[in-house]
Amino acid sequence: MSKEDGVYPEDLHYTKEHEWLKVSGSIATVGITQYAQGELGDIVYVELPQMGAAIVAGEPFGTVESVKAVSEIYAPVSGEVSEINGALEAAPDAVNRDPYGEGWLIRITLAGPLEKEGLMSAADYRKYLEDEAN
Amino acid sequence: MSDANRYIPISDDDRAAMLRSIGIGSIDDLFNSIPAGLRLRGDLDIPGPLSELELIAAFADRAADNAAFDPRSQFLGGGAYRHFAPAVVDHLISRTEFYSSYTPYQPEISQGTLQAIFEYQTLICQLTELDISNASMYEGASALAEAVLMVERMKRRRRVVLSDRLHPEYLGVVKTYLAQLDVEVDTFGHGEDGAADPEAAARALARPASALVVQHPNFFGCLEEVESLAAAAHDAGADLIVTVTEAVALGLLQGPGRQGADVVAGEAQSLGVPLTYGGPYLGFMAARQSFLRNMPGRLVGESADVDGRRGYVLTLSTREQHIRREKATSNICTNEGLCALTAAIFMATVGRSGLREMARQCRAKAAYARERIAAAPGCSLPYAATFFNEFVVRLPVPAGEAVRRLGESGIVPGIPLSRYFPECANDLLVCVTEMNPRAAIDRLADGLGKLG
Amino acid sequence: METRNLRPPEPLLFEVSRPGRRGFDLPALDVPEPERHDLDRRYTRDDIDGFPELSEVEVARHYTRLSRLNYAIDLGLYPLGSCTMKYNPKVNEKLARLPAFADAHPQMPQDLVQGCLRVMHALEKALCAICGMDRFTLQPAAGAQGEQVGIMMVRAYHQARGNPRQVVLIPDSAHGTNPASAHLAGYRIEQIASNDRGCIDLGALRRRVGDDVAVLMLTNPNTLGVFESEIEETARVLHGAGALLYMDGANLNAFLGRARPGDMGVDVHHLNLHKTFSTPHGGGGPGAGPVGVKQNLEPYLPVPTVESGEGGRCTLAYDRPASIGKVRSFFGNFGMHLRALAYILTHGPRGLRNVAEGAVLNANYIRHHLAGLYHLPYDAPSLHEVVLSDRRLEGTGVRTLDVAKRLMDYGFHPPTIYFPLIVRGALMIEPTESESREELDAFIAAMRAIEAEARRDPDLVRNAPHTTPVRRLDETAAARIPVLRWTASDQKKS
Repeated sequence: MSKEDGVYPEDLHYTKEHEWLKVSGSIATVGITQYAQGELGDIVYVELPQMGAAIVAGEPFGTVESVKAVSEIYAPVSGEVSEINGALEAAPDAVNRDPYGEGWLIRITLAGPLEKEGLMSAADYRKYLEDEAN
Repeated sequence: MSDANRYIPISDDDRAAMLRSIGIGSIDDLFNSIPAGLRLRGDLDIPGPLSELELIAAFADRAADNAAFDPRSQFLGGGAYRHFAPAVVDHLISRTEFYSSYTPYQPEISQGTLQAIFEYQTLICQLTELDISNASMYEGASALAEAVLMVERMKRRRRVVLSDRLHPEYLGVVKTYLAQLDVEVDTFGHGEDGAADPEAAARALARPASALVVQHPNFFGCLEEVESLAAAAHDAGADLIVTVTEAVALGLLQGPGRQGADVVAGEAQSLGVPLTYGGPYLGFMAARQSFLRNMPGRLVGESADVDGRRGYVLTLSTREQHIRREKATSNICTNEGLCALTAAIFMATVGRSGLREMARQCRAKAAYARERIAAAPGCSLPYAATFFNEFVVRLPVPAGEAVRRLGESGIVPGIPLSRYFPECANDLLVCVTEMNPRAAIDRLADGLGKLG
Repeated sequence: METRNLRPPEPLLFEVSRPGRRGFDLPALDVPEPERHDLDRRYTRDDIDGFPELSEVEVARHYTRLSRLNYAIDLGLYPLGSCTMKYNPKVNEKLARLPAFADAHPQMPQDLVQGCLRVMHALEKALCAICGMDRFTLQPAAGAQGEQVGIMMVRAYHQARGNPRQVVLIPDSAHGTNPASAHLAGYRIEQIASNDRGCIDLGALRRRVGDDVAVLMLTNPNTLGVFESEIEETARVLHGAGALLYMDGANLNAFLGRARPGDMGVDVHHLNLHKTFSTPHGGGGPGAGPVGVKQNLEPYLPVPTVESGEGGRCTLAYDRPASIGKVRSFFGNFGMHLRALAYILTHGPRGLRNVAEGAVLNANYIRHHLAGLYHLPYDAPSLHEVVLSDRRLEGTGVRTLDVAKRLMDYGFHPPTIYFPLIVRGALMIEPTESESREELDAFIAAMRAIEAEARRDPDLVRNAPHTTPVRRLDETAAARIPVLRWTASDQKKS
């Protein structure tokens, strides 16, 4: 699976650490991109924070583990954890199969207005992936 | 004869032909990347070479420097134990496919090692009555230190409380491992009977701690009240870690897991691993299921291959150093694989009834010895707590002197506690196993009775 | 080694177990009235649930059959980079089993075990001479524990001078135990860049050193098999800033008898007896990782040390006030010390030189015959190991992993793969001096054949191995739902 095949929905924001962010009012949903799940390989375990935990933009809030690697997941925004995807405990492979849908990781209640710094559009993220490859 | 060419299958002709084949003039040219100033001019200042005959003679001389002794008249414990190991154990681990093979990172050609370790993990779980075991650690003291680190990593209370009845070397190693990490190490006391005091533990846990650590049986041979200690730990939100130095005791004693321990980490040398003057030994660690992703060391798991055949693999490797690097659960890489195999074969051979029988004999002989020694003139027993196969005797003379005097009749009566506790000058730690016949025990008691 | 046959796979011990079978007996209990001595029931267990019951015959068969599923060094080459899988001399196994050594209890009074102490002392002395260091501790049980002990001593050194410092510098090509060990010793890790030879970038080091840097951990030769030719200058830069130089000695086989870490400005280094000094790998240990130090670190050695006095009488010294303390019970993996000493005595000074020469010749022979076909990422001169990659196979769909798996069908253990991390798809090949030209030629031929298969019939390679006792295993499932032991309810399934 190469970056060219990548699916990057237009309505999401993206980060350099390969997370995606979907904002709906004051709630933000976070996951990892199709590129990230491809790089990691078959995901075997996802470590998520507790409900109510404080999330700080730029800081790691959990890990995604495959057979051969573990990756920190970095917060794209600041806020408080309002929901975690409990289904991932039994089915971590949802992150591989459907990274933007069933593979969502956490929902955050935003601390303040959305700070666009550090967030990319789908087009910018695609370009970022191409640049990284060269 | 020179130069050990029996291990290097490259003759002078081979060398010449290979150099020609790769277009290099001389062997020295291959070392040009070493700066001239660093190249050694002369020979290393070391002895040798020795032919195999000469080597055997040299080591026979070294062996003769060890005093001859009768193992039946040795009563030493204190962290290493003389037990019987059936001949089939050494026979099987001497198979080159086991001892000369590499770590099983390529499972398709390592199923022998992997299945044997899976079985070993199971046996350790059965013995300790816990859910998961790793594939081995270096030895008991560092295994305990790693268990303490694991619990601290999970609970992060920056304080651990240890019984003052631990083997002093185990206590020392835990302190060494924790010295550079900002974690307080406190101890709690014991009762007059020689066992750790659960009330003292509860008082020590009044301030938050991640772990309570006890040894069972403890260094002085006394059995601990594991259930009460577990309650004290859990009431304070801490985990109970039990360390074991005499694994054969678990043939008779309840598994600490059943009694409330969260982690059992210690030494399994008693299970068929030769004494070998202190190493290589066999650290083991077992824990509740919830510790799974924090366990240090390798783990072997069950799987199936593309044809559906059952097979075994190293798993959850992402915890380990080669992937996680500084965030790993430990730095351990090479562990004690062949010693774990030794213990597994021992447990398989000795078996369900055999290990219980061995433990029963140790306890019966030790109880007999203790009774006879207590009745010997000038000897007393400072600790009343229940014991397994080790106990302390208070002598009418310094224990060091007793060891010297009994040594003249070929008896090694025990360990002078002054080695670890200078204030216990007259105390001797005596260990009895199934290897000590009654006649030797009688001679020991008689010998100790003549000291005064 | 066993290949696939019609016999069903070897069951687990617990599946072979049958009630009432015994493999063991003891003499009758000879003390009177043993029932008087029974332990209080509140401490005891009635049984060991699930423990197997087997006769000696079944134990012997079970493990003999299991052993035949393993590859081993006595079957052929293990070209594992940085592992130095060399031949394990058989006489050393015999010496280690001499009762005077195998049965020596570590609590014996020192006067009665002078043979053991003299073996340890002789090994320390030989290692000092071989490595150009002032003292060695034989305590660490493995290389990783050696690294940990080494960095702890570095910390004690700095602490004694009033500033423990915070940072350990480690190149991006380093083995994972390096950062893991430094972390355990309480330090923060910072990566330091490599240059285009894969060696330490001196400029980057000069810019980085400061009061907060405790030590640089360097592997020499590095994990590409290339000698760190600027190591002396590296040491000067570090010492100039009050920092120390640690050397990971896993690759010592490359320059035994030709150069010594102590002459390079190294302050502290470990080595691996189960690599350079031939002690058997055991399927994952036991090993031993002695640590050599210069005088400046001598006060911090773990206790006890082995001291030699009048008439060669040896003692264990515990009274060392600046020591980092105890790092394990007793004195170290004595059984491996003995084997390593035997290896050194067997070879003598010229023999050890021959070892390095054979190792470097064999590695360069392989490099010469494969570097045209497989991609060579760094063309700096190789010493005892060479790193190739799968870059030339791009487009075939065959990767390093597949090449490794297909090698097993040719009767070889694969090289180290995907390490060092600085090379994508790395194949790290270290043959050691224990290999004959015929064995190397067979390996080269196999690698050539696989390269051709990758172009002609890639699925054959991608689905390898085909002839091993089990084929590729599902590592994902094993990690998603870990099953780490047999349980009694499994019995009903099987």
